[in-house]
Amino acid sequence: MNLFAEAIAYLLDPANWQGPSSLGLRILEHLTFSGAVLALAAAIGIPAGVLIGHTGRGRGLVVALTSGARAIPTLGLLTIFGLALGIGLEAPYLALLVLALPPVLAGAYAGVESVDRATVGGARAIGMSERQIVLQVELPLAAPVLIGGVRSAALQVISTATLAAYVSNTGLGRPIFQGVKAGDYEVMLAGALLVALLSLAVELVFQALQSAAARRAEPTAVPARATARAPERNTA
Amino acid sequence: MQWLSQNLHIVWGLLLDHLWLSAVPIVLAFAISVPLGWLAARHRRIRTPLLTATGLLYAIPSLALFIMIPAIFGLAARSPWVAIIGLTLYGIALLARGAADAFGSVGRDTMLAADALGHSAWARFWRVELPLAGPVMLASLRVMAVSTVSLVTVGAVIGISSLGTLFTDGFQRGIDASIVTGLVLTVVVAFALDAVIVLVGRVAMPWRKAVPA
Repeated sequence: MNLFAEAIAYLLDPANWQGPSSLGLRILEHLTFSGAVLALAAAIGIPAGVLIGHTGRGRGLVVALTSGARAIPTLGLLTIFGLALGIGLEAPYLALLVLALPPVLAGAYAGVESVDRATVGGARAIGMSERQIVLQVELPLAAPVLIGGVRSAALQVISTATLAAYVSNTGLGRPIFQGVKAGDYEVMLAGALLVALLSLAVELVFQALQSAAARRAEPTAVPARATARAPERNTA
Repeated sequence: MQWLSQNLHIVWGLLLDHLWLSAVPIVLAFAISVPLGWLAARHRRIRTPLLTATGLLYAIPSLALFIMIPAIFGLAARSPWVAIIGLTLYGIALLARGAADAFGSVGRDTMLAADALGHSAWARFWRVELPLAGPVMLASLRVMAVSTVSLVTVGAVIGISSLGTLFTDGFQRGIDASIVTGLVLTVVVAFALDAVIVLVGRVAMPWRKAVPA
């Protein structure tokens, strides 16, 4: 427990929050990097998943993608892309995108797929266009499951972004790997604590988002706690 | 291929390390999750805190967990036990929910019928609840096993040797073949263990097909 006290003392030392090696800067790097990957994954995965769920075509592809992606070790992807693309942000961007897409896609697909067909039929019967059905009926009803998929992806990206420092010196992995190289356990532990806190914070934000979406989708239902979560997770 | 044939003995050693670093946590997590899941399914008071705790545990990145474990358990930072404990915890985080849902899926009428036939609580668990919950649990066990195999590699960056060492070595020395070998073997190990679990499930639970999913 003494080790934790030392790591916390390191985190509370104002000297470690100033200048170019400031921990605040690392957190900012970590969040911008993860946010950018997640936004790109959502921009590709959500429309594709919604389309698959709406038309019912390409279901096998989603299943194969999500179960296959689970087996692929993140570190392997990061290092092979790192060798191919050189040291920089491109390799981790690409590796993380590959990891973030399947859960987003699966969440969007499963969400739309779970919408009651009678509801969709009803919408069609009152004269809604396909576009209106997708945007005004299916998306709001699919939102809790869809956000669950994004939540899985977000957690995976945040944790893998830590490993990304192994191939490109960025984010909260940086103090961790500095600590590993120097044999400085206190710095490693401080970095690990920060990443853990950041992940927990992101998880809680997405939990809140998800229950807000669930309340909107089913205003009269008894609040079910976080049932709508894409089951696949492969954290780094 | 040339690289592989020259380094076959190293790769073989790492493969064995990887196998036991995966198998031990899978077995341990299974053994711990079954009673936990049963408790969660039968006692509402345990269910919510258990599932919240395991959910949050799963949100912690594995690298961070691997770094915290030596400080919590007083282990050397590079001890293989760090990975074993960490992956067991993750395994429980994944399986406990699946086990709770599986035991929850056993119908109340079925259990009352078992009681009426004179089963003790202990006998009912082994002869009614576990056989009915088993096939449902198998699905989460497979997900957990595959993730565990792929997570073992993360330990390599803090010096716990496994197939992940092929990634770190290959990256530092610029050898593509090393990383590709590691990637292929990790996926092969994952699918092999998955196949073993499916096979064991089929042999141990020949009735599983009779149960509607």
